[in-house]
Amino acid sequence: MIVYILCFILFLVGLFGVLTSRNIIKIIIGLTFLEISINLFLVLIGYVEGGQIPILVKGSENLHFVDPLPQALVLTSIVIGLSTNAMLLAVAIRIYKKFKTFDIRKIRSLKG
Amino acid sequence: MEIILSILLIFMIIGAIYALFAKDLLSALISCGIVGYGLVICFLLLRAPDLAIVQVVVETITLIIMVAVVLDSTREDLKERIMIREKESSYINTKYVFNVLTVLVLALFFLFFFNQAIDKLEPFGTHTTRMAEAYIENGARVTGSANLVTGVVFDFRGYDTLGEATILFTAVVGILAILRLRGKT
Repeated sequence: MIVYILCFILFLVGLFGVLTSRNIIKIIIGLTFLEISINLFLVLIGYVEGGQIPILVKGSENLHFVDPLPQALVLTSIVIGLSTNAMLLAVAIRIYKKFKTFDIRKIRSLKG
Repeated sequence: MEIILSILLIFMIIGAIYALFAKDLLSALISCGIVGYGLVICFLLLRAPDLAIVQVVVETITLIIMVAVVLDSTREDLKERIMIREKESSYINTKYVFNVLTVLVLALFFLFFFNQAIDKLEPFGTHTTRMAEAYIENGARVTGSANLVTGVVFDFRGYDTLGEATILFTAVVGILAILRLRGKT
């Protein structure tokens, strides 16, 4: 139970970073924390006490495994997170080239 | 098991908080690495070696890209931040209070749903693999793969992997479009 709560605290730290920091790089770091905490939470749900790694070897027919389904889907999610991060960093590079700063308060022409 | 994971998670939370409050962007990135590689150890303890391998690769690539982005700009940014803090500190304070209030409201919102979800979940470690029973029993026979995670990713849920490849391709196209040197302006 306490690991779920700690995972939620990590989620809140990421949320705090996304909403309060003014540096674009720190916002991206906060998004990474959000993604990491969600992935860890899904894998924690699938854990079985005393379960084995879900790889079949000779003589392991009667053992019980941890749940392979969350692991498979989190595998997809991690790779998608990498591509999202790379995209955000590309946007950050362009913003730095145009405005010479990472500070979102100084990027005035983005105001609607 | 739960105690070791809790200690690791507390370590990761401390690293995350330091990353958000660090003055220098490079040290913030290194603390971001603490969180990522702590996650690798968590995956290893949770019996997920495939995820651990993928996370090592992804974390390393992300850190390298981030350091490459930050490396030539961090010092100027640091100076500017200190100057601004001296110049318009009252303005910053009101904005900061507003931001923290927003975070608190959102945190309460998420806490409500987390509380509702945690009642439905089984306690840690007592999960019953009723959804994955068919995969575990028939996976090796149907797919011919000894690794059940690989069998799920590439066979039972093959369309998910196709969508993932589509997203990766789209991201690469988007990055090339964004980083193109001369646009039509």
